[in-house]
Amino acid sequence: MEKLLEVKNLEVSFQTYGGTVKAVRGVSFDLHKGETLAIVGESGSGKSVTSQSIMKLIPMPPGRITGGQILLSGDDIVPKTEKQMEKIRGKEISMIFQDPMTSLNPTMRVGTQIMEVLIKHQNMSKTDAKNRAIELLRLVGIPMPEKRVDQYPHEFSGGMRQRAMIAIALAANPKLLIADEPTTALDVTIQAQILELMKDLQNKMDTSIIFITHDLGVVANVADRVAVMYAGQIVEMGTVDEIFYDPRHPYTWGLLASMPSLENDDKADLAAIPGTPPDLTNPPKGDAFAARNKYALAIDFEEEPPMFQISETHFAKTWLLHPDAPKVEPPEAVKKRIRQLSSTFEKPVIVKEGK
Amino acid sequence: MAEKLLEIKNLKQHFNVGRPNMVKAVDGITFDIYKGETLGLVGESGCGKSTTGRTIIRLYDATDGQVLFEGEDVHGKKSAKELKKFNRKMQMIFQDPYASLNPRMTVADIIAEGIDIHGLVKSRKERMERVYELLDTVGLNKEHANRYPHEFSGGQRQRIGIARALAVDPDFIIADEPISALDVSIQAQVVNLMKKLQREKGLTYLFIAHDLSMVKYISDRIGVMYFGKLVELAPAEDLYNNPMHPYTQSLLSAIPLPDPETERSRRRKSYDPAVHNYADNEKLEMREVTPGHFVYCSEKEYNELKAKSGK
Repeated sequence: MEKLLEVKNLEVSFQTYGGTVKAVRGVSFDLHKGETLAIVGESGSGKSVTSQSIMKLIPMPPGRITGGQILLSGDDIVPKTEKQMEKIRGKEISMIFQDPMTSLNPTMRVGTQIMEVLIKHQNMSKTDAKNRAIELLRLVGIPMPEKRVDQYPHEFSGGMRQRAMIAIALAANPKLLIADEPTTALDVTIQAQILELMKDLQNKMDTSIIFITHDLGVVANVADRVAVMYAGQIVEMGTVDEIFYDPRHPYTWGLLASMPSLENDDKADLAAIPGTPPDLTNPPKGDAFAARNKYALAIDFEEEPPMFQISETHFAKTWLLHPDAPKVEPPEAVKKRIRQLSSTFEKPVIVKEGK
Repeated sequence: MAEKLLEIKNLKQHFNVGRPNMVKAVDGITFDIYKGETLGLVGESGCGKSTTGRTIIRLYDATDGQVLFEGEDVHGKKSAKELKKFNRKMQMIFQDPYASLNPRMTVADIIAEGIDIHGLVKSRKERMERVYELLDTVGLNKEHANRYPHEFSGGQRQRIGIARALAVDPDFIIADEPISALDVSIQAQVVNLMKKLQREKGLTYLFIAHDLSMVKYISDRIGVMYFGKLVELAPAEDLYNNPMHPYTQSLLSAIPLPDPETERSRRRKSYDPAVHNYADNEKLEMREVTPGHFVYCSEKEYNELKAKSGK
């Protein structure tokens, strides 16, 4: 498959009064055409900063990309100027934000906000743009688009606004769509509709999607591949089946075990991950997750773990996969999920040394 | 079954009464809450679940209906002294741990506010001891007492909110979306804490949320609300395994589960209120279809459901 996006060793930091916050610490991943990659992690894990860096939307200063490359169809966008970025944003890459209430302009008609994109990137005339805007609103499932196109955002419900946002994002047929928690503010029934809509449009337009969320249910629903982020790094990455049925990193175990399952009737305590994420002004030595990890080995507090490869597509950054590591049993709730996947290598292979 | 702690009878909460934009946020709901249980209340935003919680604790004055706490009406005329007595027994934990703590008060003052108002301690020393004890109960430590809310993370703030609610030794706590604003890994911590406190202190909870998997986990019984009405009320297991009202079925079919295979084969049901096809003269009310499982339906639907569940 064709690679649309390659992120190599991305590092982003922010200058604050308290010191430099290293929000993203060496993130690498790639994205194929028509694929959905979900990035999961808690607040402060760097998932939003990573995605905003891809669009270069992080405020600079205080933010700064301190290292790495972001290759969009082979072209590095890190050194690009603001002017050059304007040609990319909306046309090549677009973004859907979490809060549809605040990300639409309340003083502009919804139709005009869609037309803006078309007039800028497709050089359409006003009338053509308006017709296309109506078409797009119909495409995202808004009833009576001829009437709705002239309305203001406050006349739309939350789910409708998110649909309008999607219409704006897709107006110029972008190759890459970044969705930053697009359904978190919505009700479950509306969320289900929006997810269905996004999948449907992806099939029609062959767009690649980066889907940022902390809801593992949503991940299972939309993703082809999943990247789990913790403290500014990807700690595990694999296909959706590998992450849910054969997770290897203790943080992924923790996330999966801390969710109650609907089928599970037992009322035992949830396996919560103790403590809180580390302060990234001063990232801890060794494995950033060690302090919250009951499986932590002595070496975790000393040396950062290397990235191990478990299958063609499955990677995990934990010392537990080292041949010398003791064999540990994942938590009960995770053990129930585990299945033998045929693609797994016989032995994990080190692909990248930790620093 | 255990004794009733709270009886809610035909509770109504209408806003803008008499004006064209009148909203029937809660429109005649009836249910009981038993001592020591957790009742979950779920529904979409705008269905009136939060308003129900707030009306029960008298943050709003009910338009109509009764809330009986241990047999006494919460609403209606009361002397300041009687009101104070109620306020001690009923407490609330709010959704937003950022907005519900006064940023200009120290944690100790936030927690002890209720203690001071109700005069529960005699000396400053005793007051601080009580605060330390509460901090310890919710998994924070002594040193946190003199700090301000902005120095804490979301999960820690929610713990402070819980400590504040516990300060006056309540019997009943209304938790309005207590975990919605928290990260997944922190949600489990707070839920475990709430369960632990319930076991130790015999608390009764009304747990309002839209995350159905968490609600099922923590609740003994669950009520589903739709447009100001309670449409189904059943034991948690029963509601999940055998949802009877079409709205409940649609709600359950929309929850994404962390299992890729189930997700690939998911068939979502949508709910259209027109399916009921109620005639004008049909009486709609909560009817008990199987023991403990109530559905808001007409006589005809009741008979159909009854026949189906009898099989």
